Amino acid sequence: MENPTAASKTKKPASNPATKMAIEHADDSPSAPAPDKARLAIEARAFSFWYGSTQALDSIDLKVPERRVTALIGPSGCGKSTFLRSINRMNDLIPKIRHEGDILLENDSVYRADRDVVQLRKSVGMVFQKSNPFPKSIYQNVAYGPRVNGLVKGKREMDALVESSLRQAALWDEVKDRLDSSALGLSGGQQQRLCIARALAVSPEVILMDEPASALDPIATQKIEELIYELKNDYTILIVTHNMQQAARVSDYTAFFFMGRLIEVGRTEELFTNPVEEQTEAYITGRFG
Amino acid sequence: MASSTPTAERQVTGGGISTRRKLVNQVMLTLTGVASVLVLIPLLLIFYYLLAAGAGSINLDFFTQLPAPVGEPGGGMANAIVGTLSLVLLAGAIGIPIAVGAGVFLAEAGRSPLGNFVRFIADVMNGIPSIVTGIFVWAWIVVWMGRFSLLAGSIALAVMLIPMVTRTTEEMVRLVPRELREGGVALGFTRWRTTLGIVLPAAKSGILTGILVALARIAGETAPLLFTAFGNPFWEWRLNEPISALPLLIYQYAISPYDEWHRLAWAASLVLIGMVLAISLMARFIIKNPYRDR
Ligand SMILES: Nc1ncnc2c1ncn2[C@@H]1O[C@H](COP(=O)(O)OP(=O)(O)OP(=O)(O)O)[C@@H](O)[C@H]1O
Ligand SMILES: [Mg+2]
Repeated sequence: MENPTAASKTKKPASNPATKMAIEHADDSPSAPAPDKARLAIEARAFSFWYGSTQALDSIDLKVPERRVTALIGPSGCGKSTFLRSINRMNDLIPKIRHEGDILLENDSVYRADRDVVQLRKSVGMVFQKSNPFPKSIYQNVAYGPRVNGLVKGKREMDALVESSLRQAALWDEVKDRLDSSALGLSGGQQQRLCIARALAVSPEVILMDEPASALDPIATQKIEELIYELKNDYTILIVTHNMQQAARVSDYTAFFFMGRLIEVGRTEELFTNPVEEQTEAYITGRFG
Repeated sequence: MASSTPTAERQVTGGGISTRRKLVNQVMLTLTGVASVLVLIPLLLIFYYLLAAGAGSINLDFFTQLPAPVGEPGGGMANAIVGTLSLVLLAGAIGIPIAVGAGVFLAEAGRSPLGNFVRFIADVMNGIPSIVTGIFVWAWIVVWMGRFSLLAGSIALAVMLIPMVTRTTEEMVRLVPRELREGGVALGFTRWRTTLGIVLPAAKSGILTGILVALARIAGETAPLLFTAFGNPFWEWRLNEPISALPLLIYQYAISPYDEWHRLAWAASLVLIGMVLAISLMARFIIKNPYRDR
């Protein structure tokens, strides 16, 4: 699904051909140092986005490989959250929004007219900056999604799912004795891991994380990072972060956004050690933003 | 001189300001203290009067007997107590589902033209004098049914309850953080499922408190019952018959020429206040324990 109008109206940043290659290279070239045969999970094609009359995204072309961690970095207000929320169409909740171009999930347009948005959101989990456990018990927080979505039958199956989700989120040992107490009694870091468990319980293919550790102390942050490292064996992860070290630690690919544009994307170690674009270098060395 | 004067001046005025600030602070504290005492005085006086004048007439008969005929001593207000409870419960049963539904609608879709219209109507209804509500229900329900009744009284009270609960429900649902709603939507819940399953439970204690405050409010209303429930000296349970209520009996007894009835009116007032207080205490208890259970 090409969108010639969007492509021709907005000039793409000069860097795009080069940066796009980074992932294309990763996709199909077996000769790379660490051969990456990942399939594409998400692909944005000339995706632009407006809140009313303000443009937040300008013709984004980005390919996100499957079962890898891709970090989105960039100064505040550059459109990282907007892009993330465009993938599972959370922005639909906001009035007066508009988009051009398209985003494909598993080669299937997210924005096609007959797309079942509820189904889409089931396959794309999301973890928010501020942990937002439901005002229910720990058990119910995890079980509510699968129950509503009719994923399991019977109490035993549900118990197993709750346990495995909490284990995956590295929270089981801390909460197994108080599954029935309120989730709001957990610490911030535990709440965030509970939200991750909640997202995992509905078995998504992709997990979007918008600054998941920005409100956490270093120890809780480290737990989340280890968790992300584990999760990428099974899930495609997109993570927004303001923390350069974190991006460098957890991600395989990094995309640098600036003022609504995708300036550069590539393998994380390359982007951090040898950025192509001046703006990228300025940002990662802390000269602005 | 040019360089030393400003500092000197600043020091002087600085000292002046801080003394004045302390003084203003003292005065304001005293004034607000006096104001809060003034708020308390009528409340304490009411309690004192009710206890002094009414406590003596409260005994087991009061809660178990029908009112005695004029001139006969004794008797009670059992039917009025039960009547008030029936009226309030039925009004709640009619009004709460409508009001909570409307409140949720206002919070979720309140920016639509329909939402603005409903909110405007609710605000107007909140301001309607209760006697007018009584006349309105008389004109529509009582005249149509051809009789005073428990049903008409409850509808009158429900008409008063609905705008109150609608607005508090809207406020409470609005207070639920957006992130919580997004958490549900992001799991693939439909909008109504998110609202019913996540937003409403999160707003539950606030909504309940609003409901109890409204119930306490309507329990003491007299005017809307005058031409709807009307009053009844006997036991009555049926929906389509007039029914007794404490505020009605208080009104009737207080304007009577008999001392015995005056004492009973005080006693009934005490019981009514006790009922309202019990409801308010329940509301307090709920506020203190938000998210208490799962
Ligand atoms: N709901 C909204 N309505 C209008 N404009 C919005 C809305 N949300 C975001 N914007 C605007 O869109 C632009 C991109 O915002 P976005 O939240 O995507 O930035 P971000 O990169 O996530 O920033 P941060 O790092 O601070 O979270 C900003 O200019 C912002 O002001
Ligand atoms: Mg953001």
